[in-house]
Amino acid sequence: MAVDGEPVLEVTAANLRFAGEFALDAVNFRMFAGEVHSLMGENGAGKSTLIRALTGDLHLDSGKIRFYGHPLEFPNPAAAQRAGISTVYQEIDVLPNLTVAENIMLGREPRRWGFIDWKQMRVAATEALSALGVDIDPASRLSSHRLATHQMVAIARAISADVKVLVLDEPTSSLDQDEVAELFRVIRELKARGVAILFVSHFLEQVYEICDRITVLRNGKLVGEYLTPQLLRIDLVQKMLGSDANRFDILNAKQSPPIERDGRTVIVRARGIARRGRLPATNVEVFEGELLGFAGLLGSGRTELARLLVGVESIDAGELTIDGVRRRLRKPRQALHIGLAYSSENRRSEGIIPELTLRENINLALQAERGWLRRISHHRQTELTASWIEALDIRPTNPEGLARHLSGGNQQKLILARLMALAPRLIALDEPTRGIDIGAKIEIQHLITDLVDAGLTVIFISAELEEVLRVAHRIVVLRDRQIVATVNPNVATIEMLLSLVAKAEDDE
Amino acid sequence: MTRFFRSRLVWPMGALVALVLLNTISRPSFLSISVKNGQLYGSIIDILRDSAPLMLVALGMTLVIATRGIDLSVGAVMAISGAVALQFISKSTSPNRVGTVLIAIGIGVFITLLLGLWNGFLVAVVGIQPIIATLVLMLGGRGIALLITGGFITTITSSPYAQMAQGHLLGLPLAFFFSVGAIAIVGLLVRRTALGVLTESVGINPSASRLAGVRSRGIIWSIYGISGLLAGLAGILYSSNIMAADSNNAGFLIELDAILAVVLGGTSLRGGKFTLSGTVIGVFIIQTLTSTITFLGVPPAVTPVFKALVVILVCLSQSSRVRQYLGRIRHLRAAKPPIRLSGLETEVLAERKSG
Repeated sequence: MAVDGEPVLEVTAANLRFAGEFALDAVNFRMFAGEVHSLMGENGAGKSTLIRALTGDLHLDSGKIRFYGHPLEFPNPAAAQRAGISTVYQEIDVLPNLTVAENIMLGREPRRWGFIDWKQMRVAATEALSALGVDIDPASRLSSHRLATHQMVAIARAISADVKVLVLDEPTSSLDQDEVAELFRVIRELKARGVAILFVSHFLEQVYEICDRITVLRNGKLVGEYLTPQLLRIDLVQKMLGSDANRFDILNAKQSPPIERDGRTVIVRARGIARRGRLPATNVEVFEGELLGFAGLLGSGRTELARLLVGVESIDAGELTIDGVRRRLRKPRQALHIGLAYSSENRRSEGIIPELTLRENINLALQAERGWLRRISHHRQTELTASWIEALDIRPTNPEGLARHLSGGNQQKLILARLMALAPRLIALDEPTRGIDIGAKIEIQHLITDLVDAGLTVIFISAELEEVLRVAHRIVVLRDRQIVATVNPNVATIEMLLSLVAKAEDDE
Repeated sequence: MTRFFRSRLVWPMGALVALVLLNTISRPSFLSISVKNGQLYGSIIDILRDSAPLMLVALGMTLVIATRGIDLSVGAVMAISGAVALQFISKSTSPNRVGTVLIAIGIGVFITLLLGLWNGFLVAVVGIQPIIATLVLMLGGRGIALLITGGFITTITSSPYAQMAQGHLLGLPLAFFFSVGAIAIVGLLVRRTALGVLTESVGINPSASRLAGVRSRGIIWSIYGISGLLAGLAGILYSSNIMAADSNNAGFLIELDAILAVVLGGTSLRGGKFTLSGTVIGVFIIQTLTSTITFLGVPPAVTPVFKALVVILVCLSQSSRVRQYLGRIRHLRAAKPPIRLSGLETEVLAERKSG
C-alpha cells in the first residue's frame, strides 16, 4: 500500500559521527501515513542510531528532519512523544509489578485535586486497550500476563496519545508464533488508522509479511529504499550484507587444501546439542586444523551455536564430545582448560577490560588459569605483552596504555592475544572483523589464516558472506536457528550462499 | 610534577592538606607534638590512633567496592568480634594472660571471617544484590552480638587486651601500628599477588572476565571474607579502647564513614580500579574532619551535617557532568572549540561499540 504524497516524517542527508567515525553517513529516510516501513541492516548498520536521532534521543551533526514538512529536531524523546512519535524499544520497558492500567498511563495519570483519579485511569486504560482490540482487566497485575501482552501494553502506552508515528524496535524477538500474529493484527489496525509504523526486525519472514516499504542501511550508509513486493528476498540480503569482493584481492585464494573428511581428527562433535530459547537440537563436527566458517544472518543461530560448541554456555540436551571424550561444559573456564576459546562479537561488553592496560588485558586469561596466588611476574608479563604486541602488530604499542583507547581492530587483536597466550586448540571468533576498517579487516583475516596454517582450529563467524567464502575451508550455513547446509567454498558461490541464507525459493 | 597533578590522589591529598592548614590556622597547637614518659602526644597522634578501626574497615570496603559490591555489615561485624572476644576473656580464669587474650582475639576474628564469607556466599553464589545481602547481617549482627553478651555490656579488666588500643610502641600508639600493618598486608596481598588485577577485572567487566576464565565467584567470595576479617579486627580495637563490648554502639554507622573514605580516596562506587593509598588518605580526611568539628565546638550530634557537605562536594567532583561542565569552561577560556560529545552521546558511543 504505497502512499504517494508528503511523508509524515522525513530525514535527509543525516550525518552523525561518534569519535570521528560515521555512524550515519548522508542517510535519507522517510515514512508515510498508513504504511509499515522496515529498516534493515546488520549489526552496526546504523538502524538504532537513526531511530534514536528520529525520536530525539540523539542529535544529528548535520541533516534535516521534517515532520509534516516542517523542519524540526526534537530536543528529547519526551518532546517527540508529545508531537506524536512514540517508540517501543527492544527491551520492553514495562513494569511487571504494576497493574496494566498503571503501566499504560504511566507518567500521565489523570489527576483530581492533585491525587491520582484511579477510576478515570482504568477507564482511559480500557479505552486504549480496546482500541487495540485487546481485552484484559486493566486492574490486573501485568506480571500475570503473557509476554505478548506486555508488548501490547507497551504499545498501548505508546499510542494512547494521538500517535502519528510508531517505532517498534525488534518487537517480536521474544514472542512465539501466535503472539506475533496478535501483534500483527494490532499493527494492521493502526495502519488502517493512518499511523506510520517503523518495524525493525531481523526476521525476514515477518518483514515480508507486514511491511510495505523497506530501507536498507549498511555501515551507516543508505543502500536504498524499496517497495517490499519489488524487492526479492535474496536481493535484500545481498544489499544488507554488501559485497566487498573487489577489495579483498590482497587475500588470495587459500593455500590450504580443502578438507578430506576421512583421515582427519574430529575435535568437537555435537550430537543434538540444544539450549532452551537459544538453539534447537543441532548436529555439527569440527575437524582438527580446519577453518570452519559459520554463515547466516543476525539471529540465525550462528552465535548461539558457537557459544554452545565451545562451552561458553552450557547445553540443556544432546551430547558434546571433545577429542572423543564426552564433556559437560558449564563455564568458559572449563572450556579454556581443555583448549577451547571464544572471542565475543561484543568486543566492548564481552571482550576487553577497558580500564585495564594492554599488559593486564593480554595476561588476564593466563593469570586466571594460573590462579591469583601464582602471579606472573611483572617482568614476564612485560615480555609476553611485548611479544604479542609485535606478533599481532597491535597499535599503539605502549603496553601500559589503556585498552579502551584502542581502535576496534586493535581491540580484536588484543583479545586474540589474550586467548592465544593460553595456546588453545580451537578458537571461535564471533564477527572478529565487524565494525573495523578494511585495512585492519584484511590484517585480521591474514592473522587468522596464519594461525590456522600453524595448526590452530578456528570457527569463524561473519555476517559477510564474501569473507567467509574467502577464508573458510568449510562453511556451515544457518537460517532460523538451524543448519541448512554445509558448503565447500571451493565450489560455492556468493549467490549460492545468499540463497541459502535468505531462503530464496520462497521468492520464486 | 605534571605526573603528580594528573594523579588521582591529587584531589584527596589537597583536601587533607587544606584541612590540616585550616586546623593549624585556627589552632596553632594542632601540629605540635609533646613527649611525656617517652610517648608522643598531640592532635595528630590522636588522629593516627583513633583512625585505626576505620582504616581497617575502609581497606576491606575498598576491595568490596572494587568488585562492584558494598558491605553494609561491617559495623555489626565489629560489634560481634568485640562481644565474642570480651565474652571469652570475661569467662576465662586468667584474663591477664597474653595467651588468653590472643585466643580471644583469634576466636573473634575467625568468627568475623566466617561472617564475611557468609556475605560473600550470598553475593557470589546465591546472587543477591550486595546491598541487600549485607543488609541482612547489618540488621541481624547487633542482635547476635547482644545474644553473645546476654544482653549486657560486657566489661573486662585485662591489661594485655587494653594495650592494643591504649598502648604504645616506640612512642607511637600501638593502634597506629595495626593500621600500618593492615595497609602493608592488604597492599602486598592485592599487588604482589594477582588478586588486585583480577578483582579489578571482575569489577570493570564481569562478562569479559568470565569469558577469559577468571574465577569471579571465588574472588568475590574471598574479598567479602577479607572485609569481614578486617572489620573483626577493627571491632577488637574498638572494644579494647573502651574495654567493653557495647553491641549497640560498636562501629555504629562506620560503614558510611568507610564508604565515604573509599570514595573520597578516588575509588569509584561503580567498581573496577581501586586505590588503597587513596583510601588511606580518605580515612585521614574523615578522622581530621571529625576532630576539627569537635575542636570548633560544634556538638558531635551535628557532625553528620559536615560529613554530608563533604559527601556532596565529593560526589560533585566525581560526577561526569560536572567535570564536563568544568572542562568546557576551561576549554572556553583556552579559546579552544568546546567538546562536542555530551554525556549521553558518550554512553551511546560506548553502546555502539559494544553492540
